[in-house]
Amino acid sequence: MNKVRPKHLALHLIKLPLPGFVSILHRVSGLALFLALPLLLMMLQYSLHSIVTYGQLMDVLAHPLAKLMLLGLLWAYAHHFCAGLRYMAIDLHIVANLKQARDSSKIVMLVSLLLTLLLGAKLW
Amino acid sequence: MVNRTIVGAHYGLRDWLIQRVTAGVMALGSLALAVYVMLHPDLGYDRWTGLFSSQAVRAFALLFLLSLFYHAWVGMRDIVMDYVKPTGIRLIIHVLVVLTLLLYTIWSVQILWGM
Repeated sequence: MNKVRPKHLALHLIKLPLPGFVSILHRVSGLALFLALPLLLMMLQYSLHSIVTYGQLMDVLAHPLAKLMLLGLLWAYAHHFCAGLRYMAIDLHIVANLKQARDSSKIVMLVSLLLTLLLGAKLW
Repeated sequence: MVNRTIVGAHYGLRDWLIQRVTAGVMALGSLALAVYVMLHPDLGYDRWTGLFSSQAVRAFALLFLLSLFYHAWVGMRDIVMDYVKPTGIRLIIHVLVVLTLLLYTIWSVQILWGM
């Protein structure tokens, strides 16, 4: 059990296949959403507490940088959502072979980007 | 000599299931909110707080947030287990994540019922 095995994890040389890319983005987007939780909860609080805090929130969110951040979080949410649905499709053996794994990865990337664009257009 | 292989605490299946159930709750909530926003493009302060004045909406919003926090715990624990090797630091991060999510839970109740 304690055998030391050689490792050649040259991260900058490893080129992930698309399903692997979707998988690591699932992690990255999940981590980003976790880190953004205090901001998101504060936004919910300001939106609900009173008309004054609601106005303050709207002023802050009107700033282009705030919108850019929201757009990033929107993408993280959309990607995490779609990649999560893909995992459930894999669990249910709807996605069962290599071709389907690759095709569904493409769909996840495309749909989450489209959703971000669509919701982002509504945001602006 | 007994040669036993340590195979873990068997929480894998439970967490695998909970991760999917909580995801399902959040997916339903997200879709419901998306539909509501599309049906009311003129969403302002009055309509927004009016929506949350309903006890049913508050209850489902809390269920959504509790699902989110449990989901985040499972995900964060998996990430930390994969990348943080020193046991002490890993334990500290786990404790911090749990305490943070518990505080978020209290905060969520204050947001939804203290508005």
